[in-house]
Amino acid sequence: MNQSKNNLKRFYALFFLAALSLAGGLSYYASSSPDGLEKVAEDEGFLESAEDSAVSNSPLADYGLVGLDNERLSVGIAGVVGVLATAVIALALFALIKKRS
Amino acid sequence: MHIPDGFIDIPTSAAFGTLALAGTSIALKKAKSEVDDRTAPMAGLTAVFIFAVQMLNFPVAAGTSGHLLGGALAMVLVGPYAASLAITVVLGVQALLFADGGLTALGLNVFNLSVIAVLVSFLVFKLMVKLLPKAKSAIPLAAGIAAFVSVPVSASAFTLQYAIGGNGTAPVETVFIAMLTTHLLIGIGEAVITMLTVSAILASRSDLVFGWSRKEVSLEIRS
Repeated sequence: MNQSKNNLKRFYALFFLAALSLAGGLSYYASSSPDGLEKVAEDEGFLESAEDSAVSNSPLADYGLVGLDNERLSVGIAGVVGVLATAVIALALFALIKKRS
Repeated sequence: MHIPDGFIDIPTSAAFGTLALAGTSIALKKAKSEVDDRTAPMAGLTAVFIFAVQMLNFPVAAGTSGHLLGGALAMVLVGPYAASLAITVVLGVQALLFADGGLTALGLNVFNLSVIAVLVSFLVFKLMVKLLPKAKSAIPLAAGIAAFVSVPVSASAFTLQYAIGGNGTAPVETVFIAMLTTHLLIGIGEAVITMLTVSAILASRSDLVFGWSRKEVSLEIRS
């Protein structure tokens, strides 16, 4: 019983580390081409209708830390911050949902 | 496939925002049946994993990339209601911290990716589980097919929003065909990532895979 509990903890730790290394490390190698919607918008001439989001001057806008020239570090930091923010919010949300049940 | 502000007019964005809110409230009520002490962290970490993989754009055709949407992956791992909430958290973080996807467009994105993609994935997955052999090895395939279908369907939900309140001048038919063909290709990537992830987790902790361990769901949907 105890061992299965430890295994569960280890699994969750590995799952989290996988996400952290994908967002913090591998993301640097992601394709920088426009995604499907952006490409279609460009081809069909409605890309110009896009407006800046109200948070477009966020220090992490477009997955880079503002003012940091090292591209690898910049996207890596953005990825790590995103992983941590998502973890805090999502884990808290599901802990609350569990509590109510 | 995150819609920025401006592509779709405000009334249409507000209307889909209302639908998205309704979907999210239902998910909040029903997710209780899907998470317990053991699986609540799984639901949270699934959101984290999807955030991470969404950063990994893969090339699909000349000058075009795609990334995981994650509706099918999350649905198979944690169940449809928890999946919907997990994707909504991801979309919220992306819109607020990274300006990825607009703020007035958040309802449009939640509708397409947290509601439609998850719903379609759920229906296709259930159908596949029914049709395929009742074996553990069939689960990744069922998940992959659900993932593949969910992408062009979500892309078509965008086209619907464009048809109702698009600010562009391109004809709806042209946008429909362009969105569909591009996202059929992206759907292949979605299917591959979903199959690999579901296989890996099934192999190590099949008890944490909702689509395999919660068989009563498939009975529920049959009746």
